[in-house]
Amino acid sequence: MGMETESQFHVLAVDDSLFDRKMIERLLQKSSCQVTTVDSGSKALEFLGLRVDDEDPNVLSTSPHIHQEVEINLIITDYCMPGMTGYDLLKKVKESAAFKSIPVVIMSSENVPARISRCLEEGAEEFFLKPVKLADLTKLKPHMMKTKLKKESEKSAKEEESEVSKPEIEEEEAVIEILPLHQELESEQLETIVSSSNKRKAMEEVISTDRSRPKYNDITTSV
Amino acid sequence: MNTIVVGQLQRQFQDYIVSLYQQGYLDNQFTELRKLQDEGSPDFVAEVVSLFFDDCAKVINDMSTSLERPDHVDFKQVDSGVHQLKGSSSSVGARRVKNVCIAFKECCDVQNREGCLRCLQQVDYEYKMLKTKLQDLFNLEQQILQAGGTIPQVSMN
Repeated sequence: MGMETESQFHVLAVDDSLFDRKMIERLLQKSSCQVTTVDSGSKALEFLGLRVDDEDPNVLSTSPHIHQEVEINLIITDYCMPGMTGYDLLKKVKESAAFKSIPVVIMSSENVPARISRCLEEGAEEFFLKPVKLADLTKLKPHMMKTKLKKESEKSAKEEESEVSKPEIEEEEAVIEILPLHQELESEQLETIVSSSNKRKAMEEVISTDRSRPKYNDITTSV
Repeated sequence: MNTIVVGQLQRQFQDYIVSLYQQGYLDNQFTELRKLQDEGSPDFVAEVVSLFFDDCAKVINDMSTSLERPDHVDFKQVDSGVHQLKGSSSSVGARRVKNVCIAFKECCDVQNREGCLRCLQQVDYEYKMLKTKLQDLFNLEQQILQAGGTIPQVSMN
């Protein structure tokens, strides 16, 4: 299609299963997102432009050869993958100065509360139980909007100094990140709070039995 | 377009798919899958389902090999296969297949080879059965389209 991608969100989807990649790709396309799929955490990092040191996989540096042209608005990854798990990938993204602002969502076919809280604590925005549904993906928009607005406000800060709206946006951004509860609730901030309570809700939903699931599903907690 | 023929085919389709849900071959996730199909991806369901059946055949074959020798069972491999099938059957809405996988996992967890072999046989039967049923469903879809009609959206509540 066209080269113009600024109006669309671009999601990087990571899953070692071809089947699951096909599913998540279609789900995201149906939600009007541009999608890139990769089959491993290390390929995801490569795509982002983070070079994984062959000697020491714990050392990450921004590759001097790859100029990060592709703007990723969200990373959605499977938890259980050989080699680098989704959790490992999450950690590496959040530890990287360049990419820690990219929201990360974890998917898993297993309902393990300890796993879920560990991921959320590490900075994952959401934790989705597979099979992921179209309705789940609507939760992603607020997270992706945050990074897009941030990038756009940074861009206009560089281009012009005289915009009145610009400082307001930056202030809002700071408020969202640091003190969301102490400011006047505007729609953007509301969305953030709603999405954090959705996060908690996702945890609760995950623990309780979903009415649409058949009765002998083993979704009730397994440790 | 012969509207009478189309109407009949559409009713047939509707009845057939409803029966598949009622008999437990399919669950709500299949409905979710159908939502992902549109003019841009008109064969999505057929493609995904085909991928799923190919996976089933391969994984079942691998598990069969792992379970073959009574003194030398690779339960780790079997567990991994069951996990894969449970995941994909769940994503596709293949309810019966998924339920067998749940029982299969339990046998695997306690290293019950006999139980595993029974489940293996059952999962093989169920996926093949579903394959035939869905083939009939897709054929009906094709007939509707060829007769100039549209495929009904069926919502199960």
